[in-house]
Amino acid sequence: MKKKLFITLLGISLLGLGLDSCKKNINGPAGDPNTGEVFGIQGDQVGRPGIATVFVAAADKDAFNQTQPSAMSAAFQSKFQTQLQAYNGGNYTTNILGLDAPTFTGVLSSDVLNVSTTGTTTYYDGKNVLTGRNLTDNVIDISLTLIFGGPNGTANPGLTSDHVPANDKPFLTSFPYEAAPW
Amino acid sequence: MKKKKLLIGIGLFALILTSGLIWASDHADAPSVKGKSDDITDLYVFQSPTNPNNLVFIGNVQGLLSPALTANASFDPNTLIEFKINSTGGLVEDHVIQCVYNNGKMYIYGPAAPITTGATSTIVGNASLIIPVTSYTANAPTVVTSTSGISGFAGPRDDPFFFDLNQFHAITGGTATSFNNPGKDSFAGTNVMSVVLEIPKSLLPNVPKLNVWMQTKQHM
Repeated sequence: MKKKLFITLLGISLLGLGLDSCKKNINGPAGDPNTGEVFGIQGDQVGRPGIATVFVAAADKDAFNQTQPSAMSAAFQSKFQTQLQAYNGGNYTTNILGLDAPTFTGVLSSDVLNVSTTGTTTYYDGKNVLTGRNLTDNVIDISLTLIFGGPNGTANPGLTSDHVPANDKPFLTSFPYEAAPW
Repeated sequence: MKKKKLLIGIGLFALILTSGLIWASDHADAPSVKGKSDDITDLYVFQSPTNPNNLVFIGNVQGLLSPALTANASFDPNTLIEFKINSTGGLVEDHVIQCVYNNGKMYIYGPAAPITTGATSTIVGNASLIIPVTSYTANAPTVVTSTSGISGFAGPRDDPFFFDLNQFHAITGGTATSFNNPGKDSFAGTNVMSVVLEIPKSLLPNVPKLNVWMQTKQHM
């Protein structure tokens, strides 16, 4: 009787172990807990810095996050252009990159970060344009200048820089490059 | 009306933005993600300063963490952090790098061709790298490197974003007409949860220009 009970209990505990292992292996080879798992509820989305918050109206923000980049320009270019003109009292003509309103907003409304694999990577350094984004890039001043600065970058001088040129901590010269937390 | 004293451009600017938007890179940008673990703050992609044969990908989430909040912050196992790459034009991803948190570790998958694209993400293959998450109180960041040359870090970092957001609010709210000089970084003293990956370019599409974007998704 005791032997039967023992065997039964042993069997149940082994079964329990088996079930536990099954759950871990259900999505792939032993040890990887995530292989094959599906994530389908859209959260947030970012390409270039600040695009959604500058150009997307509050009512459209969730929709913007649900729109894949391949469909973004068709859905949002016109709205971005309206917003750009509104920022400039209807007087936007071009900026320091020589982009007119349709072209500029055409670029911005496909919200992806362009990255060069062959050379300098920067949002803009006066010479290289949209070849990446590094930690020290002053994306705010760059963006403000492109939106408000006019053909030479000198229009609206009170709006083209927030005069915060750098991060609150120096970045690291080696991986992981970002500074330790406060 | 106060706004008559401002430039017409600023007036319209303020009208458009007084619905409470904040221009803070992407910090807390949309109602459905605001304040949640899937809120993205910033994406950075740049050539490694220590090795021009590598690209560095940085994806930051959960912005505006004070030190106290950071001490209790963690990645969410139900949130996928994903870097999407398009190398052929058309802006549909042809490579993905996926980051999934599980039990103290950040699992990195790819770079690899996606199984599904767009609104659904499926974890591809087995992890290329498993990164023990660095705790808030650690003296040094934990860094791991795979045999394929991918280095990874996951954990809290000083928020690298800098902007005088408060003055921007004053401008859009009509109480100021310009930025101050010097300005004051509204993100000073705050942290984010960060994933940093340094990836050999040889593991990425062999084209001169990539298009990259970052998404977070919740588990179905």
